[in-house]
Amino acid sequence: MALRLPERVPGLPVLALVLLLLPLFLGNEFHLDIATQIALIAATVVGLNLLVGYGGQVSLGHAAFFGMGAYASAILTGTYGWTSIPALLCGALLVAVLAWTLGRPILRLKGHYLSMATLGMGIIIAIVINNEGWLTGGPDGLAVEPLTVLGAELSIFDHYSLLGLEVSGAMLWYGLAALLLLLAVWIAQNLVDSPIGRALRAVHGSEVAARVVGVDTSHYKLLIFVISAVYASVMGSFYAHYTGFITPQVASFEHSIELITMVVLGGMASTYGVILGAVLLMLLPQLLTDFQDYEMMMFGLILMLTMIFMPKGLLPTLSEAVRRLRPRPATTPASGQE
Amino acid sequence: MNQNVQQTETSRDDTARLTPLLEVRGLGKAFGGVHAVDDLSFRILPGEVYAVIGPNGAGKTTLFNLITGLYQPDQGEISLKGEAVQGLPPERLARLGMSRTFQNLQICMNMTALENVMLGRHLHLKRNFLAALLRWPSLRASERTCRAQAEELIRFVGCGDYVDADAAAMPYGALKRLEIARALATQPSILLLDEPAAGLNSTETAALEQLIRKVAAGGITVVLVEHDMKLVMSISDRVLVLDYGRKLAEGTPREIRDNPDVIAAYLGG
Repeated sequence: MALRLPERVPGLPVLALVLLLLPLFLGNEFHLDIATQIALIAATVVGLNLLVGYGGQVSLGHAAFFGMGAYASAILTGTYGWTSIPALLCGALLVAVLAWTLGRPILRLKGHYLSMATLGMGIIIAIVINNEGWLTGGPDGLAVEPLTVLGAELSIFDHYSLLGLEVSGAMLWYGLAALLLLLAVWIAQNLVDSPIGRALRAVHGSEVAARVVGVDTSHYKLLIFVISAVYASVMGSFYAHYTGFITPQVASFEHSIELITMVVLGGMASTYGVILGAVLLMLLPQLLTDFQDYEMMMFGLILMLTMIFMPKGLLPTLSEAVRRLRPRPATTPASGQE
Repeated sequence: MNQNVQQTETSRDDTARLTPLLEVRGLGKAFGGVHAVDDLSFRILPGEVYAVIGPNGAGKTTLFNLITGLYQPDQGEISLKGEAVQGLPPERLARLGMSRTFQNLQICMNMTALENVMLGRHLHLKRNFLAALLRWPSLRASERTCRAQAEELIRFVGCGDYVDADAAAMPYGALKRLEIARALATQPSILLLDEPAAGLNSTETAALEQLIRKVAAGGITVVLVEHDMKLVMSISDRVLVLDYGRKLAEGTPREIRDNPDVIAAYLGG
């Protein structure tokens, strides 16, 4: 086996361990809150990476799906009194149908045209959410009911007893977000390692090669577009329940750009890389609170610098550097011996 | 890889009697006003090695792209195993047993050599979405088999040193052979090779010749576009000569070599 850091390292147990130990190092509820939000967004980005990193199809409108999931949960639980899980599933189904319908014509496009089409799609959905105030509360936003699971309400303001231990709602939420992230990574990696994932990466590598060996490339592009949209929708639903209040900002163009920047910065086609990207870019605004007005500029700058200096992204670039430092194992085939 | 093993006697009588594997009738394709392929007809028999030659710009690659569904023909018919296939996309043709390589390599550089060949097994694998999502044992078993088959094919084409290498790190000659391995992984009944020897040195070309012979011996019909006349004359059962998109000549290598029209076209007479 060729040495391939970090995808071939048992990444999932390592990630689980990090997520398990993390609360020990988090000083207060505020840190825990940030960690929870990061986990939810990271899970979204893991889904987006399937489309952008592995499939090579750009989406500049992914926050729209995130926003739709968030608003579907908020409206169905708030206005219509549904419980959380059916509302979440209904939102995901809605997003899946929409992504499938829009994806069919959009994914025929390539490169810049595809980017523009997804950008337009995202903006339209954001405008609808902004303008249909009777349903969504408009620019003022919408309060969201706490998450209910099997009749029990999970609120960050309550305390719960779990196996005889007193646990804060915030800590339970962190645990839930961590589990969701692990699940998102597990599913994404299963998919990537399967014939479906191989076909998808081939679409990125050489679409014509994929087609001549029988891969129905339009089918796989559409499939992964829908999957990544559903990832965003489900995480949007949880995000809405967690924060308790959402505004059209969650579906905005700016949010789409944040998500794609996480993928590009962390490393396209590297699941752990994009998690790292999400962590860094979510922490950045916390570190630069004085420069809040320049946040979009910072994202733009990061995107540009990444493309210029490490187009493969942070984690792949780092792991390559580590590999180069290490003495070459004798078992790997020496290239260039032809 | 062991279907329709047939000894091909290349006399004209036999040609008429056998049913063709691939038949092209009145095929035409124009780009702007240029007729890249013009009213072209020929038949390829099961098990033969059939070469398409001609000067640069004669329409050889266009012909390949028409046959393999990358281009839509303007006129004419193509039938594969008696079934009309003109205008079908490449992914459908792959199901019918057609596979090909490319003049300018089409290798997935974001994958390893092994993964490129495993991709070739795509149609033969379980592709159940839920099974993939949840990593079911049946899927893992089928992936293991697929991996073993792909490794075997990589060794078959002589790239055994590169099984786990990233495709992007492989030398050109090895990539050429890797592409053949991927095409073979689809278990084709007909394999189209677009300039397989282009860019290879004489040792590599000799190895390629052996490889094509092995493939043909396995019962796969081989169609190749090639400029290396030594290779063409040595391995082909029949040769089609194209000039300005039209058939200039067709016959055994000996007949082609002695054909005055061919000599004129090549020497600019």
